[in-house]
Formats: sequence, structure tokens, C-alpha cells
Amino acid sequence: MIQSKSLGSRLSRLLIMIALILITFMSLAPIVNTIMVSVSSSTAVNAGRVYFFPVELNFSSYGQILNDTKFWRAFLISVERVVLGGAINMFLTILMAYPLSRSVAQFRSRNTYMWIIVFTMLFSGGIVPWYMVISNLGLINSIWALVLPGAVPVFNVILLMNFFKGIPKELEEAAFIDGASPLKILLQIFIPISMPSLATIMLFVIVGHWNNFFDGIILINDSSKIPLQTYLQRLSLTRDQMQNLSVEQLQQFNKISNTTLNSAKILVSMIPILLIYPFLQRYLIHGIVLGAVKE
Amino acid sequence: MGQVETTVNQEREVRYRRKKKRKTFDEMTYHFMLLPGMIMLFIFSIVPMFGVVMAFQKFIPAKGIFGSKWAGLSNFTYMFQLPDAKQIFVNTLVIAVGKIVLGLIVPIVFALLLNEVRLKAFKSTIQTVVYLPHFMSWVVLGTMLTMIFSFDGMINNFLEFLGLERIMFLASNDWFRPLLIVTDTWKEFGYGTIVYLAALTAINPALYESAAMDGASRWKQTLNITLPGMFPTIILLGTLSLGNVLNAGFDQVFNLYNPLVYETGDIIDTFVYRMGLINMQYSFATAIGLMKSVISFVLIVISYRLASKYAGYRIF
Repeated sequence: MIQSKSLGSRLSRLLIMIALILITFMSLAPIVNTIMVSVSSSTAVNAGRVYFFPVELNFSSYGQILNDTKFWRAFLISVERVVLGGAINMFLTILMAYPLSRSVAQFRSRNTYMWIIVFTMLFSGGIVPWYMVISNLGLINSIWALVLPGAVPVFNVILLMNFFKGIPKELEEAAFIDGASPLKILLQIFIPISMPSLATIMLFVIVGHWNNFFDGIILINDSSKIPLQTYLQRLSLTRDQMQNLSVEQLQQFNKISNTTLNSAKILVSMIPILLIYPFLQRYLIHGIVLGAVKE
Repeated sequence: MGQVETTVNQEREVRYRRKKKRKTFDEMTYHFMLLPGMIMLFIFSIVPMFGVVMAFQKFIPAKGIFGSKWAGLSNFTYMFQLPDAKQIFVNTLVIAVGKIVLGLIVPIVFALLLNEVRLKAFKSTIQTVVYLPHFMSWVVLGTMLTMIFSFDGMINNFLEFLGLERIMFLASNDWFRPLLIVTDTWKEFGYGTIVYLAALTAINPALYESAAMDGASRWKQTLNITLPGMFPTIILLGTLSLGNVLNAGFDQVFNLYNPLVYETGDIIDTFVYRMGLINMQYSFATAIGLMKSVISFVLIVISYRLASKYAGYRIF
């Protein structure tokens, strides 16, 4: 590309760089601030003196977390949920995306299945009947309540199906002539060359399970069985308690709640996401664009 | 001669049968592969759909769906009489439309700015950082934002430093909606940029070269080449967002609101949650939920139709 060397264009490029750095800083600012709050003293935090540098450096909140069994129990439940739910999600997504990627000539019932699946994505019975089904199955208070209702991530099935559709026909035809069964074609041809797509979907699935707080709120009553995000949600005052509080009382509540400790807990809860994100995000562009814009 | 012909025919017949058998076998495999997922969808998505009959009943949990009395449309007429209902519908629309509009503009501008950068490492670092908030939960972000926007928080300290009044962002009915819209855009713009950047890479570089030869400045090039090149993608995403005008974002509102801002911040989803699962008005909550589902469904179908007509987009 031809780059103009004039002063004006250099200046505008400099301005653009500065704008981008500012925007990027804004994206990080709340996280940086939370980190600094977590390693500052409570008095400095409550006095509103902590911004982007620690004040009266102090790691005691992290020491407190280490001994907090409730926190770690919730953390482990979230890990269990991600492993179990993630495995089920990936298994079912692959198993469903493959037959649906077949043409109608290969698989006559394909469109019937497709309509049913898309319909469940677009229309729902609402939260009350959904809750009742899960409660009638006796799943309340069990890890399965967090895993089974979302066992089929329909959006991901469609994403992967579209990717499978784009795989060159010649690849599977050769295997077909050799007499390979559909299962063999899926396992030995489709899955190996779909790794970038599968990585994207895996990122979605892991983040989805890890970040979900809502089903923990309504499907788990036993506070020793709640996942981490629900635990964190309960740390901040529950909304129903706030119903009758005045403005002054609300402010008072913010004061007494242990901001430093809560910030540290929030940051520890982000660690798993921050660990997997760099590995899987490079496939992201590929995966999302594939699902969003199709020729 | 005749004998040779019959063997050829026989062979053809055998091959045809084998092929047909193979096809039936393959199709059976496909059905089996779909079975586990379909069972899950049936239990957790399709069975609840039948639960919507509750909306037309005076549902009593002890009596179940089959034992409860029918109530006709009374749940719906109650909904239309309730002054709160109108307010909640308006809140949902205003918040959702605000998010759609700002959430469309900001990624476009950001992608255009990022496109001017030639340093690859700089560009990819910025991208990685701005996607990050998308991957954090609203519980985490809600706590962070509550801290920053609280009365004695960072933003207010800054306002005071500038000589302005402190603002109760989270308890003010004037500020709560703008806060929701801006923070949602903040969370999602980096992620939204991905698609636009992809659209930009698809623009033919020869166009820029010839424009530069003709003496077009970067700004002129952006206006006459880059923007028109992004236009189909903008139209597509704009059209598809039509299906979301009743989704104002449950997770975000739930983690940021409080009774002081119900007037401007309560949306259909949070209202249904409180009515249904806290106040146990099952039938009423289901009626509102059904209303939302039906309107959303129609809007999504329309938006997909438009997208396939004007942008050639199909989901399957």
C-alpha cells in the first residue's frame, strides 16, 4: 500500500495511535483498578484513594481467600461443571453437526431435524415452565441441573455444521469409495481438519459454563452446592434484601462490605478464563466470521 | 450372447442393492447420531413449550397443569391493565435499541481506526485486549462497575476533580439507562469489531492504490472505498439485530439494578423472573414471557428473511 509521507498524514496516524491506546486503556481500566484495590489496604480503598496504583501494598486479602473453604468449594463446583458440561456439549455438538451437514440426498430427514432444532433456538416456553420441568425431574440441587438443560448448544451446532459443509467433497468421497462408514469419516477426516472451529466452540462452551451464575441462583438452593459465579453474585447484596433500603442505607452497605476481599475473589475467579483465553482466542476470528458472514 | 447380458444385468442389480443397503445403513447411523441430542432438546426445550398453557390458566402448582382451572385471556388482560407493564415494555425497547445502535456504530469506528495501523504486533495486541471484557461474566463486571460508578468511586472523584457535581449513577433514573447502554457497548465492542475487520481484509487493495495515484487522501479513501466496502456487513448485522429489540440483556440488568431504578431499568426478563420465581405468580409470568417469545420469534423470522433477501445470508 502506498503511504503518504506528508506531515498531515503522519500527524493523523499519530492521533489514531493515541486514540487506540486510550480506548484500549479504557477496556482494561476496570480490571486494573480491581487488581489494585485487591492489593491495597482497606482504609485506603474506603477513602477512595486507589486508582491505578496500589496504596499501602497489602496481600492479606489473598491470604484470607486461601483459607476460605466456601470460596474453594464453589470454585471446584464450577470446575466440575466446566469439565462435565463442556465434555457433554462438545460430544453432542459434534455428533449432531455431522449428520446435519449432509445433503438431503444423503440424509432424507435432514431438513426435518433442522427445522426442529432451529425452532428450539428461536422459541422457548419461558423460564417458569423450564424451571418446572427441571424440578419435576428431581434435578434441583444437583450438578446435573447445571449441565443437562444446556446439553445441546444449538448455536454452536449450526456453527460447526456450516464449517463441516465447507469441507471439500473430494476428501470424503475417497473414504466413501473405500467403504468407510459415516462414523469413520467423522472421526478420521472431519474432526481432525476442524480443529480451529472446534477450538472456537470450546472457548465459547468453557466461558459459557464458567460465567453462568443464573442457573445456580434458581436451580440450586443448597448454598454448599452453588457454582463460583453464583457465590460471587451472593457476595454483593441480594436484590430482594435491597427492596426496602433507603439511599443512605445503600451507601452505608457499600462501605461495610469488604471491597478488598471481594475484589481479590473476583480476580481469582477470572484466572481460569485468562489461562485458556490466549490459547484459544487466535482461532476466534476464523470461527466467528465463519458463523456470522457466509457466502 | 444372451447369457453374458444376464450376468451383466445381475451384477448391476447386485451393485444397486448393495448401494441401497449402504445408504439405508448410513442414514440409520445419522439418526442414531442425532438421537442423544434430540432427546435432550425434547426434554429441556420442547416439553417446556407445552408449559405455556399455564399462561391461559389460573395455575396452582399442587394441582399441576392438568388440574388447574382455565382462565382464558385474563392473565393477558391483567397485563395490559397493569401500569408497570407498559413501563417495562418501554424500558426494554429503549435499552435494547440504544445498545443496538451504539453497539453497531462503535465497532465500525474502531475497526476503521484499527485498519489504519500498519504495525502488526500493535494491532493484534489491541485486539486481544479489547475482546477480553466479552469473556467476563456480568457478575464480575457488575461488581467492578458498581465500585467504579459508586457515589464515592473513581468516576465521581474525577467529576469532582473537574469541578462537577457527584452523580448517583446506579440509583438515578436519569443515568441508569445510559449507564447500561454505554457499559454494554464497552463490554462488546471489541468482539463486534472482529466481523468488520474481516470485511475490511476482503476489500481489493488495488482500489486503494489507484485512488492514491489519483491523489486521494487517507480520509478520502476511507470515505469512498473502505466504508462502501463495509456496507454489506453493516446492513447484515443491522438487519439481524432486529430480532433482539426485546432482549435488553438480563444478566447485565440483573447485576446492576436495584429497586431505586426499577422505573427506568426493569426489563421484561427481570420482571418475569421476579414475578415468576420470587413472587410465584406463575401464570402471569408465563403470560408475559409468552408475549415476549412470540413477538421475538416473529421479529427474528422477519430479520432472517430480510437478511437472506438483501444480504444473501442463510443460517442453514
